Amino acid sequence: MNALEVDRLSIEFRTDRGVLQAVDRISFAVEPGRTLAIVGESGCGKSATALAILGLLAENAGRLGDIRLAGELLTPEAQRQARGRELAMIFQEPMTSLNPAFTAGEQVAEALRLHEGLSPRDAMARAVAMLERVRIPEAARRAKQYPHQLSGGMRQRVMIAIALACRPRLLIADEPTTALDVTVQAQILALLDELKRETGTAVVLITHDLGVVQDHADEVVVMYAGRVAERAPAARLFAEPQHPYTIGLLGAAPRLDSKRPRLASIEGTVPDLRDPPPGCRFAPRCPFAIEVCATTPPLREIAPLHFAACHRAPLA
Amino acid sequence: MSLDRPAGKVPLLELEGLVKHFPFRDSLGRRRGAVHAVDGVTLAVPRGSVLAIVGESGCGKSTLGRVALRLVEPDAGSLRFDGEDLLALRPAALRAKRREMQLIFQDPFASLDPRMTVEAAITEPLILHRLHRGRERARVAELLERVGLRPELARRWPHEFSGGQRQRIAIARALASEPRLVIGDEPVSALDVSVQAQVVNLLGDLIRDLGLTFVLISHDLGVVRQVADRVAVMYLGRIVEEAPAEQLFLTPRHPYTRALLAAVPGQGGALKLLEGDIPSPVSPPSGCRFRTRCPHAQALCAEVVPELMGDAGRESAGQAAHLTACHFQDSLPPATPIREAAADARLARLQSFFSTNREPTA
Ligand SMILES: Nc1ncnc2c1ncn2[C@@H]1O[C@H](COP(=O)(O)OP(=O)(O)OP(=O)(O)O)[C@@H](O)[C@H]1O
Ligand SMILES: Nc1ncnc2c1ncn2[C@@H]1O[C@H](COP(=O)(O)OP(=O)(O)OP(=O)(O)O)[C@@H](O)[C@H]1O
Ligand code: SF4
Ligand code: SF4
Ligand SMILES: [Mg+2]
Ligand SMILES: [Mg+2]
Repeated sequence: MNALEVDRLSIEFRTDRGVLQAVDRISFAVEPGRTLAIVGESGCGKSATALAILGLLAENAGRLGDIRLAGELLTPEAQRQARGRELAMIFQEPMTSLNPAFTAGEQVAEALRLHEGLSPRDAMARAVAMLERVRIPEAARRAKQYPHQLSGGMRQRVMIAIALACRPRLLIADEPTTALDVTVQAQILALLDELKRETGTAVVLITHDLGVVQDHADEVVVMYAGRVAERAPAARLFAEPQHPYTIGLLGAAPRLDSKRPRLASIEGTVPDLRDPPPGCRFAPRCPFAIEVCATTPPLREIAPLHFAACHRAPLA
Repeated sequence: MSLDRPAGKVPLLELEGLVKHFPFRDSLGRRRGAVHAVDGVTLAVPRGSVLAIVGESGCGKSTLGRVALRLVEPDAGSLRFDGEDLLALRPAALRAKRREMQLIFQDPFASLDPRMTVEAAITEPLILHRLHRGRERARVAELLERVGLRPELARRWPHEFSGGQRQRIAIARALASEPRLVIGDEPVSALDVSVQAQVVNLLGDLIRDLGLTFVLISHDLGVVRQVADRVAVMYLGRIVEEAPAEQLFLTPRHPYTRALLAAVPGQGGALKLLEGDIPSPVSPPSGCRFRTRCPHAQALCAEVVPELMGDAGRESAGQAAHLTACHFQDSLPPATPIREAAADARLARLQSFFSTNREPTA
C-alpha cells in the first residue's frame, strides 16, 4: 500500500488582488521507504503542496482533492491527529520550528513522550540516543543546549531526530538543506537516506536543486506554475526527460565535469498565478510551442510510469 | 611598483598578505577577541581574466572582496590596482579610482534604491564621474540593451521587475562607470535556476566583449566552473588551493577542495563526506586550519601552518601555477574524479533550442 496518495489536489489563495491558483489538480503517490522529490522553481507550489498534506495551509487557502495516508483519507481532524506521529516534517529554517525556550534534548524527549508514553527520565535517555543517531557529536552535552547555541547543521539534525523519534509513515522535508553549506548539506541528506532505510519511512523531499534530486530521489515530480509538468522514476527522468521545461532546467544547470559553451536559457519568467496564460502555462517560454499549446495539455503516460503534460511529448 | 615588468604583464589587481580581523567587545567595551575573517591572503588577478573565490559560509569571501576594493581597511598587507598602491591613496583619489572598480551584490532587491527609476539609478554614476555628458539618456539605453533589457523600461521602478531583471539592472549600473575591474559577490545566488542561467550567460558575454577583469565570489561550484579561469578556495580566512579552473576541478589537491567537490549535489551524495562543522573563526585551529576535519591529518598539521606552494615539477613543465597549502600535497592518494555526465546527443540537441539571451517579456 502507498504511504501517501495525493489525488487531484488543487489549492487556491484568496488575496487582495484576486484569487491565486497555486496548485492545479496534481496527483502522485509514494511507497513506504521511498523518496519522492518535488522539484521546481520558486513559487511553483511546492510548499503549498507540503502544507496541504500536513493540514497547515494558511487561513486564506482553499483546498480540493483527496489526500490519503496509508489508505486513510486525511480530513483536517485526521491531519491534526497524525502530525508529529505518522506524519512528520522538517523545514528549511529549523530555528523557526524549534522552540527557543527548551533544550535540544527536551524537544526530542517531548516527541518521544508523546509517541511512546515514556517517563520523563526514560524519554531523556532515549533522546540522547536519538541525538547520537543523527550524529551530533557529544550528544549528552548538546542535549542540554538551546537551539541558538547550535550550528545550523546541528539544528537541522535535531529537527530530524524529533521528526523520526516517532517512526512516522511519512516525512515531508521542505528544502531541508537549502540554508546549509554544501558539506553540511551532503551530510544531512546522507543521514536522511540512512534513517529512511532503517525505518521504512516514506519521504517527500522538496527541493529546487536537480542535483539533490539525482542523488536522493527514487521518483520525481517536476512542477511548473502549479501543475505537474513531468513525473517519472528518477533514473528515467534524467536519462530521457520529455517535458520542455525539464529539458531546459537540466540544460540551465552548470556542470562540474566540463564547462558548457553556454547554459540553456529559459527566457522570460514564471507567470503570475493570478492571471496564468491560457492553455499550457509554459507556452510563453517554450521554444517548442505550437498552435495547439493554447489548450491545456493533459498529463499523459508516454512510457511506463513516465508522465508528461506536453502536447509534443515524446520529443525525439 | 613593479616597473621592471612590461605594463601588460602587471596583474590588474594584486593582493599581498592581506589581513582583516573584526574585534568584538563585551558590554564594558573590553576587547574579547576577534573574528579572523581574512588572515594572510595573497592573490593576483591578471587583466581580462576571471578569478573565482569559493568557500563555505563565513570563510571570508565577502570580506576579502571588500578589502580588495578598499571598502574595508585591511589590518595588514598591501593592495595594488594596475600597479598603483591603493592603500596610499587619499580619500578623493580613492573615490576617483572607484570608477574603475565596481561591486555587484547578491541581493537584487536590496542593491537598488526603491525611490529611483532605472534611468536615475544608471545615470547616477554617469553624473558622478562626468561621463557621456549631454547624452546620458542615450547611454542608459545602450547599457540596458547591453544587459538584455528593452530601453523603454528605463522609466520604471525597481519593484516592477523580477529578481533576474533587477540583477540585470544592477549589472548595467555597475558597468555605467566603465570599470576595468568588477567584483561580483554571489551575483547569481539569489536567482532561480532558469534565471540564473540567463544572468550567468550574460556575465560571460560581458566579460568577453568588454574585456573585463572579474572576481567572482561564489559558494556555487557549478557557476564557478562555468565562468572562472582561475579558482581560489578559501577556508577560515585563508586560501587553501589556487589553480586554473580546469586543473582545480579535474585534479584537486587539497583535501578540503576534494571534499567540497564531492559534496556538490549531483556527485552521488554518500561517498566520503566531511564530518563535523567549520570551527569558529574567532579561534581557528593551530597549524593547518582544516586539520579538525581532515581525513589525512597528522601530528605535524597541528604544529606547522602549511604555506600555499606550487609543485616544482609541474611548474617547470610550463603549466600555470597550481598552489596548495597542505604539508602532504605530494603524498595524498589521487582524488576521486568528478562524475562525468554521459554524452547525450538527443538532450544536447533539444537544449540547443533554449539558447538566446534576450528578455522577450516585460
Ligand atoms: N498564504 C498565501 N497567500 C497568498 N498567496 C500565497 C500564500 N502562500 C503561497 N502563496 C503563493 O502561492 C504560490 C505557491 O507558493 P509556494 O510557497 O508553494 O511556492 P514554492 O514552490 O514553495 O516556492 P519556493 O521555492 O520559493 O519556496 C506562490 O505564487 C505564492 O506567492
Ligand atoms: N562587519 C563585521 N563585523 C564583525 N564580524 C564580521 C563582519 N563582517 C564579517 N564578519 C565575520 O567575518 C567572517 C567572514 O565573513 P564574510 O562575510 O566575509 O564570509 P563569507 O565567506 O562572505 O560568507 P557567506 O558565504 O555567508 O557570505 C564571518 O565569521 C563573519 O561573521
Ligand atoms: S504543450 Fe506546447 S508549450 Fe507546453 S511544453 Fe509542450 S510544446 Fe511547450
Ligand atoms: S596540512 Fe594536514 S590537516 Fe591540513 S590539509 Fe594537509 S593533511 Fe590535512
Ligand atoms: Mg517553498
Ligand atoms: Mg559573503
